[in-house]
Amino acid sequence: MAEGGTEVAIDLPDSVVISKLDKLASWCRKNSLWPMPFATACCGIELMATGASRHDLARFGAEVFRFSPRQCDLMIVAGRVVMKMLPVLQRIWQQMPEPKWCISMGACASTGGVFDTYCVVQGVDRFIPVDMYVPGCPPRPEQLIQAIIDLQDKIQHGGRLDGTEFNRITGEQSGRPLLELPVIGQTTNVPY
Amino acid sequence: MVISQEMIDRLQRQFPNCTTSEALEQARVVVVRQDLQEVFQWLKEESGFDLLVDVTCVDYLNYRGAQQRFGLVYLLANTETSERLTLRVMLDETDLEVPSAVPTWEGADWLEREVWDMFGIHFTGHPDLRRILMPEEFIAHPLRKDYPLQGRGERHNFPVLTRQTGLK
Repeated sequence: MAEGGTEVAIDLPDSVVISKLDKLASWCRKNSLWPMPFATACCGIELMATGASRHDLARFGAEVFRFSPRQCDLMIVAGRVVMKMLPVLQRIWQQMPEPKWCISMGACASTGGVFDTYCVVQGVDRFIPVDMYVPGCPPRPEQLIQAIIDLQDKIQHGGRLDGTEFNRITGEQSGRPLLELPVIGQTTNVPY
Repeated sequence: MVISQEMIDRLQRQFPNCTTSEALEQARVVVVRQDLQEVFQWLKEESGFDLLVDVTCVDYLNYRGAQQRFGLVYLLANTETSERLTLRVMLDETDLEVPSAVPTWEGADWLEREVWDMFGIHFTGHPDLRRILMPEEFIAHPLRKDYPLQGRGERHNFPVLTRQTGLK
């Protein structure tokens, strides 16, 4: 948080940290994402695996799956959404309190996948805002965890206390390239 | 179980317009639409076919040798003797009115709604002929062969939620 290391005129005790309020709010938000599992298909199984002990989403502060949208701030759309389900999806999205984010998990939720038919929505981003797309059919839990890490990165670097980043169209696009996980056998200077 | 020849003969005597055939040890009967209501009654009351297993439909568009477009299929069973019977009515696209089987077998209710939803076949006398699978505002009958597999606009008539609308 205190990166940058600005000099201040007064002498502070060691237990005091100075930060911007925006950064502080974003830091709190990104480390306590409460996912809403909108699991409609096989991606939901991987979503459950992500939350379970082996992959342990609790390491990233996002393990508290709630089945009430009013207690959630991260919608994970896992699986294909059919036409009749879309009003439900939109209603749940509207019931979630601000600020809120959305991860479109898997090929079906992102594009309709192989289900290019009359009854399947061809990507939920046509009807609700989406922050992160996870490729895969279904994605591995590691991929979902990576999406959550990237989303945390996005929240930390673009978030504002009053949520004004959602007001701008450009606010939906990331202001900087997302950090990538190191490739095995390749040295990088990624900080985690 | 294989249906008895005696049963087939009785059916043929009762309804001379029907044609029977056999495939995989199952009896198939094609009846004409005018007889259909009577056939229902006769099969249930006189012949003990007390279970309607399924009502479905086949679209024979572009099918080799097909004379008429739709084949409406009723799968029946006799729970006493375990006999099974496949009943079929051929329909043309110009006239898709068929008497409902609900007065005879109550279970035809949702089955006929599905056939109406997917193929657009109209069952007269059905108590509640609404779509059962597709949304109410859907206009087409998507299991017909001339319905495109991809790229129809019906899936786009929902409101689009954005961050801006959500923030109000």
